[in-house]
Formats: sequence, structure tokens, C-alpha cells
Amino acid sequence: MANILINAPKTAKAGSTIEIKALILHPMETGFRPGTNGRIIPRNIIEDFTATWNGTEIFRMKMSPAIAANPFVSFFVIAKESGTVRLRWSGDNNFSAEESVAIAVT
Amino acid sequence: MTDMLGTRRLFIAGLASITVLPFASAHATSDDLAKAIKDVVGDAPLRAGRVQLDLPPLIENGNTVPLTVRVDSPMTEADHVKAIHVFNEKNPQPHVFNAWIGPRNGRAVIGTRIKLADTQKIVAVAELSDGSFWSASADVIVTIAACIEDVN
Repeated sequence: MANILINAPKTAKAGSTIEIKALILHPMETGFRPGTNGRIIPRNIIEDFTATWNGTEIFRMKMSPAIAANPFVSFFVIAKESGTVRLRWSGDNNFSAEESVAIAVT
Repeated sequence: MTDMLGTRRLFIAGLASITVLPFASAHATSDDLAKAIKDVVGDAPLRAGRVQLDLPPLIENGNTVPLTVRVDSPMTEADHVKAIHVFNEKNPQPHVFNAWIGPRNGRAVIGTRIKLADTQKIVAVAELSDGSFWSASADVIVTIAACIEDVN
């Protein structure tokens, strides 16, 4: 289980724009660095990050090795209906992680 | 006393010349940057403006650099930002991220943290719903690079 931190409001006014911030613990090893034995440390990054709101995609990002370790992403979305925001990360070595937050829209 | 001052100046000048020594081959070049941008933009004209790229001008640690891209757009069904792409000049690869958004996002603002291997130029490109491309670039000075020792 990966360590994930999501910062999103629990409640929002219908039609308001809210910010969602997400952080996941991950080394984001670039594949360009030599390790202590002089050999290159194999690449291990998160490549895809997607966010859905009640199943509808609201944000998608393709990351490269230039994203810092423990990738942090923030974006905005309009709160339309109450529901679940599901965030999904996937990448090298079949890495996959998922977390969701419930947002009540009034 | 003047001698000491002179030596000190020489020493400082020496330090300065060490810091500007170019890194070897493991870096993307401006050509790679131009090609990566062209892969996204195609033959469409790339205009400056509407995009705001926020990152500190002087970076002490290239391993984690906060970056925010804002695009001036009403984000309506008729006029919105479809995608935001960020590129760099001197990391081993020119890509930083590609993000796809839409009118549902309300605001075309994306924040993240990136790695920078060297003092260089960062370019953000926004793709709008009318098919136009807008860009902004920022020059940053990196004092401690993200680790990418040359291994050739």
C-alpha cells in the first residue's frame, strides 16, 4: 500500500471551483543516476495519473522522470454533484495505486 | 593587503569559472527541446502569451522545484484549454509533463514539483480548444542540480 495524501474539501457549493491536491510516496528514479556500485539505478517512475469524479475523467497527466520524487499534483475542478473523486497512479514495474475521497456538494 | 584582495578575487573568479563548466553529453539540447515542442504543436504557430509559468528564478536544490502553470482562459465549453505541456532544455529528456484538462476544470491551473539538472530554460505550452497554441518560458538558475552524474 502506497502512502497517499489527498487534500480536497469535504463539502463544496454546487458550481464552485475547488482545488484538489495529491501527493504519493514514490522514488521517481530517473534511470539516469549511477548507484553506489557505479551501475545505473534502473528507471522506476510513475507515468500516468488520472482523476475521475463519479467515473468521469476530470484530469489526466503523463509524467516523465523530470517530476520530483514523491509526485505532487494540484488541479482545479468544478463541483457539480456529490460523489467520489478517485485518483489513480500507475507506472513502471506494474506500479499501481488508488485512493478516493468523498465530496458532498450542496 | 592589496595582494590578499587580489588573491581573493582570483579565487572567486576561479569558483565562478568552475560553476559554469558545462556538463557532458547526458543532457537534452535545445534541439531536443525544439523537437519535443514540435511533436506537440505540429505546424501550428506557437504564440507567446496567455500562459503564465511560475517557478522560483533561483533554485537552491534542483531535486524538487515547485512549478505552477496558469493559462488565461474562461474554461467554457466553447473556449477552454485542452492540454498543458511542460518541457525543459537540459534534463536528460526534454519532457516534464503533459496534462489534459477541459471545461470541467473551471480553472486552467496546474501545480507540481519537478527536477532540474542544470541552469536552464523551461517552456510551457497550452493547447486551446480552437486549436491554437500559446506558450511561456522561464529561465532558472539551479545551484545544486538534481543528481545526474555523467556515466559515460
